[in-house]
Amino acid sequence: MKSGSTLEKILEAGHFAFTGELGPPRGANIEALKKKAQPLKGMVDSVNITDNQTAVVRMSSWAASLFAMTEGLEPNYQMVCRDRNRLAMQADILGAYAHGIRNMLCLSGDHQQFGDHPQSKGVFDIDSMQLIQMVKNMRDEGQFLNGQEIDEPPKLFIGAAANPFAEPFEWRIYRLAKKIQAGADFIQTQCIYNMEKMREWVKRANDMGLTEKVYILAGVTPMKSLGMARYMKAKVPGMDVPDYVIDRLKGVDKKKQADEGIQMACEQIAEFKEMKGVAGVHLMAIEWEHRVPEIAERAGMLPRPEV
Amino acid sequence: MIRSITQQKPAEEIQRLLNGMARVFIIGCGTCATLTRTGGLPEVEAMKDALSEKGKVVTGTTVVPVACDNLTADILKEFQSMIKQADALLIMACAFGVQTIARQINKIVIPALNTLFIGKETGASEFNEVCSQCGTCIIGETGGICPVTACHKGLVNGPCGGTNNGKCEIDSNKDCAWTMIYNRLSELNRLDLMRNYQKPRNHLGEPSPGKFEIPAE
Repeated sequence: MKSGSTLEKILEAGHFAFTGELGPPRGANIEALKKKAQPLKGMVDSVNITDNQTAVVRMSSWAASLFAMTEGLEPNYQMVCRDRNRLAMQADILGAYAHGIRNMLCLSGDHQQFGDHPQSKGVFDIDSMQLIQMVKNMRDEGQFLNGQEIDEPPKLFIGAAANPFAEPFEWRIYRLAKKIQAGADFIQTQCIYNMEKMREWVKRANDMGLTEKVYILAGVTPMKSLGMARYMKAKVPGMDVPDYVIDRLKGVDKKKQADEGIQMACEQIAEFKEMKGVAGVHLMAIEWEHRVPEIAERAGMLPRPEV
Repeated sequence: MIRSITQQKPAEEIQRLLNGMARVFIIGCGTCATLTRTGGLPEVEAMKDALSEKGKVVTGTTVVPVACDNLTADILKEFQSMIKQADALLIMACAFGVQTIARQINKIVIPALNTLFIGKETGASEFNEVCSQCGTCIIGETGGICPVTACHKGLVNGPCGGTNNGKCEIDSNKDCAWTMIYNRLSELNRLDLMRNYQKPRNHLGEPSPGKFEIPAE
């Protein structure tokens, strides 16, 4: 075991993992955080606690991760490269581990221009690839980025992101390979809607032997409405929403669109369960945490295995 | 050719900076700021009119050939009496020019422009930042395109997930650096270079403020 986290144990045991997501509050409102955390309990193996997602200030990821732990969830502590230099990153990693955090997701981060402080300085001292390797070296070599020894190294299960749909498509599989080489143990993909492209990407990962070296968690975000689908198609860079998704939502009554969105997500999950090279699903039910139990139930993800 | 790219400050800011200073001498620059139409003769004339309208006394104007050149001091000698009468020098040049003049003439200097970047003229009326003088050049492995400068996150290990039809997610007018690098290396049949792991950058390349002295023989 690299970290001994529940997520690692689930994946190591060959179970199909099911993870969730929780965005910390825009304030110090612990009650709001608890309210969002409550429906996830027992439904998912680990919860990705986002780090100033979309470059909007929120409660820090490590602090919200600690609250998630007291609520009985296993956090997947997310860290982006936008807001910290290498000193601050390593300091937070040590603190997070000392408090019991065992999973970490390493991302570059959305550009600050998209967020609520567009005039801020983006740090990007190191990039996501370098962050992955830094955490791996901290864990496996017991060394800081400068090569100096760590007194009690942090043992974290290392996650990274992959976007199978971004251009250049041909290159994406090599980028995945590079992240694995850098030290990624598991991968969370971008929200998947274009299943053809996802199948092709996973096939290439299988052909290159990558899925034997890393656990791929397929990203699923149920559409809440036709409006959401249209917005994601038109406005979110790197998001690939095919017309058939739009058409299917268009085909049902407005009141039934959310239900149809969940149905589509469940169909995707069913396919991923059978897909060689996919080790689990990462459910990003954005501001829809209270629907997670229903989705988990309908997708046949319950009960979660005990490890 | 490299150019210092500037943009005029908002009129309100210039007014605020000139607050309490009734008499102003205006200096433009005949090189970069003329080319970018931010501090050439027409812009200096327009500034003179605008300030006069606001009740300032413009004691004189000139457009020096190269504001950042040390010879600027000699050229400005010709305007000594007008400069003497002024409470401040309003300088329509990049910050290199403003600082050169500030060192040469014992007078308050007010920049009328913001200096945006050091850019290359890449086409008619088009300038792009292609180097940010980081001190640790990696373009030998990126097909001669600098991702530290051209990628908005300065990513050195490949494209982020926000590539948008070959453009950058933050600005559809800007090319995605890594798409350009990918295409260039693909043409050169050297995509293998993109698989190389680039280590964290040495930000100590030349600690800011940079200083260089030619070593003695």
